[in-house]
Amino acid sequence: MNVFDGQFPRELEDESIYIMREVAAQFERPVLLFSGGKDSITLVRLAEKAFYPGKIPFPLLHVDTGHNFPETIAFRDALVEELGLELHVRYVQDSIDKKIAVEESGKYASRNALQTVTLLAAIEEFKFDACIGGARRDEEKARAKERVFSVRDDFGQWDAKKQRPELFDMLNGRINVGENVRVFPISNWTEIDVWNYIREENLEIPSIYYAHQREVFQRDGMIWPNSPFINKDESEIIETRTVRFRTVGDMTCTAAVESDADRIERVIEEILSATISERGARIDDKRSEAAMEKRKQYGYF
Amino acid sequence: MDISNKQVLRIATAGSVDDGKSTLIGRLLFDTKSITSDKLQAIEESSRRKGLDYTDLSLLTDGLVAEREQGITIDVAHIYFATKTRKYIIADTPGHIEYTRNMVTGASNADVSLILIDARNGLVEQTRRHLYIAHLLRVPKVVVCVNKMDLVDYDQALFESIVNEVKALVDKASLTGFDISFLPISSLYGENIITDSEHMSWYLGDSLIEALESVEVKSHQTDLPTRFPIQYVIRPKTNEHHDYRGYAGKIASGTLKVGDKVTVLPSGAVSEIKSIQKYKTELKEAVAGESVSVLLKDDVGASRGDMLVKEGDFNFGNEVVSEICWMDNTPLVVGKTYKIQHGVSESRVKILGLNHKVKTDSLLVETNISDFLLNDIGEVVLRSSKPILADSYKDNRNNGAFILIDEFTNNTVGVGFVA
Repeated sequence: MNVFDGQFPRELEDESIYIMREVAAQFERPVLLFSGGKDSITLVRLAEKAFYPGKIPFPLLHVDTGHNFPETIAFRDALVEELGLELHVRYVQDSIDKKIAVEESGKYASRNALQTVTLLAAIEEFKFDACIGGARRDEEKARAKERVFSVRDDFGQWDAKKQRPELFDMLNGRINVGENVRVFPISNWTEIDVWNYIREENLEIPSIYYAHQREVFQRDGMIWPNSPFINKDESEIIETRTVRFRTVGDMTCTAAVESDADRIERVIEEILSATISERGARIDDKRSEAAMEKRKQYGYF
Repeated sequence: MDISNKQVLRIATAGSVDDGKSTLIGRLLFDTKSITSDKLQAIEESSRRKGLDYTDLSLLTDGLVAEREQGITIDVAHIYFATKTRKYIIADTPGHIEYTRNMVTGASNADVSLILIDARNGLVEQTRRHLYIAHLLRVPKVVVCVNKMDLVDYDQALFESIVNEVKALVDKASLTGFDISFLPISSLYGENIITDSEHMSWYLGDSLIEALESVEVKSHQTDLPTRFPIQYVIRPKTNEHHDYRGYAGKIASGTLKVGDKVTVLPSGAVSEIKSIQKYKTELKEAVAGESVSVLLKDDVGASRGDMLVKEGDFNFGNEVVSEICWMDNTPLVVGKTYKIQHGVSESRVKILGLNHKVKTDSLLVETNISDFLLNDIGEVVLRSSKPILADSYKDNRNNGAFILIDEFTNNTVGVGFVA
């Protein structure tokens, strides 16, 4: 018996599968938002389990910033192929070309915030009434208050003061015209729960989660991956280091950590002894103390 | 499942604005090493900016901008920490009168209700309200923390007088359904939270974390009559699974075994369990809390909202007497129709009568009432368009509650607990 066995509380899986089935039962056009990150990979497994031996009764949507880690896209396509899923991809570049979104400029330019525009356009295009996302309440203070079924208006806005009470496990997904619901089946999971689940379920994840050699540079005390999408100073020197990523976001806003954890047991050990939180490596949250709450009011996931 | 895995313990915290609840939770996270250096650094900076000479641990949980500005907690926040054997989920709920609905919401999933009393103030209106809600929601365990002992010179006699006052209230108001214990603590200095207190050697009981680690988690749900609400019918319609019809759902109470004779409600059709499946695994037995798919021997034509029960142990009707907590700004009135959702089953109900209200601050009962306002708690009579397959809430917490939904706004406007 491995020391990691039994560390994932199975009760959480039962709860998440229940939420997946509520989505399929209560909504006409649900969609699963898929980023290729570990949380959305976990969602796909939960959906697979919820409807087995039937197929997952909703498509996946990837909002593509164009600034992805190539490893993530390769992984996404392989997973979709293997499980016979339906995948829609919508591009932030298209929103910029249509002038409904404007590219940020300067050293910290990122397309992370622009994803919201593309997501809202896709919701309108496909008439999605429920978007399933992998957000967890342990990630960030504003997320700690999010409901499992979170009603948004047609601007995708979240109003913390008008949230519906959620009692017991009863989920009320009834909405008015123009509204849609964001659904968070792994609300009650923590980062370590996700990792233990991935280990116990033997799930494949993109290689960038494991230690690898990569070109990086140092900025503001964090390790940034080198990519053509990032604006660098002359003083920022590219070097090759052994790193891994704790989240998979846009290449312009995901920082690496120095690590030699090359398999999942070592990743879990590293997280258990880590002194910096997962979102601490998200450059987009560092903008201000209330950064996440502000983005959510504008319809961010 | 045969493999042992981490248990989850759900805690609802409640307290008045200033009795130090957020600091207590911050302390639990801090002392169990559940906060990371960047989060700690962020609150240390905020504390300095506010001119404090200590690290304000309450800043860890007061999440929303409005809350940080006003220094209060306005919604249910969920906070997580873990020990070697358990995962803890705290639903941190506000203590103001206008947010009773949030306290009820937080308590609805709780195994433990953690009630704070400021040692300087003793039992206040809020304490009565919290105890009443723990009783109404049948939260099995109540832990009363008498906080700020550091500000009353760690006075044993004062602690004991508060304990006696609470015990007298519990007896007088017949608040039953929970096991209660009392702890003298200081959340600011971390005394009796994880480590014992040097200043309170007179206290020989558990620290808070010891008390939480020893709470028994919901095993009793398995001993209750079987209730399996059908949530979703899986019909793959592929060649391989041509006639497959899996009734998917989460077992509310009791157990299901292959070979069990079952009755489908409300139709009354009878069949036998052919197979219980969890993804690719065939189970011989499944218990309360598990999400499974059940295959029956006969085609009984069951659908979402129906319920499988074991033969002979049910008695459900269209008319129910229920306690409710009203959660909407628009009052509940007699004669109005609402949607009712009991588990995953939906129908319509009409409010036939209002029996009484309970004033949660004084615990006095008020009869002769014409409506229920936001945060009112009391008893009503309802009639449903189809049988409500609910047990008495005090006998079966997982199959005794329902929510009421406004037919025009679609908002959740109330919660009911079947008498």
